[in-house]
Amino acid sequence: MRAWHFSETAYPYLPPADSYPSIRVSLPNRIYDPEKGAALYDRYLDEWLIAEDEGVEIMLNEHHQTATCVDPAAPLMLAALARLSKKARLLILGNPIANRRQPVRVAEEMAMIDVLSHGRLEAGFVRGVPYEILPANSNPVRMNERHWEALDLIVKTWTTHDGPFSHEGRFFHHRAINIWPRPIQQPHPPVWVSTTSPGGAAPVGARGFIQATFLTGFDATRKVFDGYRKGWREAGRGQDVPIDRLAYAALIYVGETEARAKAGAEKLLWYVTSNKVPPHFANPPGYVSVATNVQMLRGADNPLSAFGKRAGMTVESAVETGIMFAGTPDQVLAQINKHYDHVGGYGQLLIMGQAGFLEHDDTVHGIKMFAREVYPRLKALYPDTAISGFPQRAGNAA
Amino acid sequence: MSRETFCLKTTTIKIAGIDLEVFEAGEGAPLLWLHSGQGFNLKDEFVPLFAAHRRLIVPSHPGFGRSGLPDWLDSMDDIAHVHLELLAALGVDSFDLVGCSIGGWIAAEIATKIPERVRRLAMIGPVGIKVGPTDKLDLPDIFAMPQEEANKLLRHDPERMKLDPRTMSEDEVTIMVRNRETLALLTWEPWMHNPKLKHRLHRVNMPALFVRGASDGFVSAEYLAAYAKLLPKARTLTIDEAGHAPHLEQPAVLAEAVLEFLERAP
Repeated sequence: MRAWHFSETAYPYLPPADSYPSIRVSLPNRIYDPEKGAALYDRYLDEWLIAEDEGVEIMLNEHHQTATCVDPAAPLMLAALARLSKKARLLILGNPIANRRQPVRVAEEMAMIDVLSHGRLEAGFVRGVPYEILPANSNPVRMNERHWEALDLIVKTWTTHDGPFSHEGRFFHHRAINIWPRPIQQPHPPVWVSTTSPGGAAPVGARGFIQATFLTGFDATRKVFDGYRKGWREAGRGQDVPIDRLAYAALIYVGETEARAKAGAEKLLWYVTSNKVPPHFANPPGYVSVATNVQMLRGADNPLSAFGKRAGMTVESAVETGIMFAGTPDQVLAQINKHYDHVGGYGQLLIMGQAGFLEHDDTVHGIKMFAREVYPRLKALYPDTAISGFPQRAGNAA
Repeated sequence: MSRETFCLKTTTIKIAGIDLEVFEAGEGAPLLWLHSGQGFNLKDEFVPLFAAHRRLIVPSHPGFGRSGLPDWLDSMDDIAHVHLELLAALGVDSFDLVGCSIGGWIAAEIATKIPERVRRLAMIGPVGIKVGPTDKLDLPDIFAMPQEEANKLLRHDPERMKLDPRTMSEDEVTIMVRNRETLALLTWEPWMHNPKLKHRLHRVNMPALFVRGASDGFVSAEYLAAYAKLLPKARTLTIDEAGHAPHLEQPAVLAEAVLEFLERAP
């Protein structure tokens, strides 16, 4: 089991939520104080480096025009981390390539970071949440098709070393691709893709990339992982899907005492409860299928929304639904065990360990408590050599 | 011809590999009607009014109604080529052309290609060009606002024109959702226009009528006037108590005005 400290580098100093219609896309940036923002960047970078000192890997992501994640050019932050950190793996999850006009430029950025970090890059790619569409002026229709054409081109760009090649695809056109530098890691840095649906996970499995899913709880996570394994097997990659191909992201806070854990976990819920986004940003036409939209118009919930109906969420309900693991080390371990067994296991745990007003000291407390009291036990229980798909706890294996 | 007696025929015609849904009604000189982003509903009141005088031909654009949408198609210009092929398949040479909203955009694309075959052109709340300043959308971004606000811009009487998915059949809702998706595909960038189109419109030299509803909050009077000005022989008309779709909110008034123009325009 490998664990990652994930911070969205949020800017939490906002006016009351009822004074604006959306925390994303349209919230005026006059609210953002660059001086406070600079201090926040310093602090969030420090927290990543503390996680590294504690033996935890580093993860970041990219969003645009939002207070929830002030990291609109994640490769820049990653470049800083490549120089500031020394040993941690560096996961960007991810590059929103359906919204980037030049996949080759993304391949260059990632190759450069791999070299800068002496081969520590883990390159993630995401389709992007729906509220990224408008900031990128990106067409919400045919995003999946663009995503896969871009990703396949990026991998080819990394792995072609004999001078220029051309690409005349459906969405992207290049006459002479020959990037400098090329990545250190061979044949290319590990590739991650995040999806939250079984159908989305199948092509990830077919390519053998690492599949991450965010806040999908118990049943939905199991379906996503099943979808991945189906894609893996149907592509002829063999029956056994290694555990390290699967990742789960949860809100995680470990406290020395139950009271401290609860207080930290409550602040972490900001990540979910602050995400105020109106439907016209949350569901642009074409982002989900016609059939899904028809069901929604006829009364079903938005299946996309990891945040839907979570306004009144409590720590207890978040833990209950498997999107949060919070408590003392023993409690958190038990929660992870339960989730792990239910979904068929995963080798990567992405820890949303900072959000909103979780201050520096409390964030560091959570990182250290996890790294020292939970992580070693997870590593002992869940070896990286395991096969996914059924309970695999060491000494208790099926 | 009364509403009851006009004959409406629905066919599927293979055009450029696309199964195109085509409605035909009435007899007489051919009139190609190009629907808006909302799609075509054969129950709409304007249909018999036109079919009483003309051979009304209404294709569902690719990706709308029950027409297919091929992978390669992503622009109004593509659709213009599809409809040109449809006209050939139907044996239509000279014809009148009416387009609503994005249908007006497609009509303009068609008219720039074969101006000599378009007898008269009527544009109802047309989009497709950009004439205003760089830092202001000519056409408001209806996808970036709550649906109720968009409805207010698009309708004179939003309450009366409201569609309730819960009272519609699953088929109807599916078509509505798919129409909206295709609309986004075609209009997202550049927003609701083809930058080339306005430089081609001087060739569209048949008599043209540009119509808008007085309450249209989407296509402004200034936009309509600027659009009409790009054609050598265009004039404008405003219809009261109608928004972006006067053919739906004032079908009788609209039909009378357009038919009058098609019959009598010099």
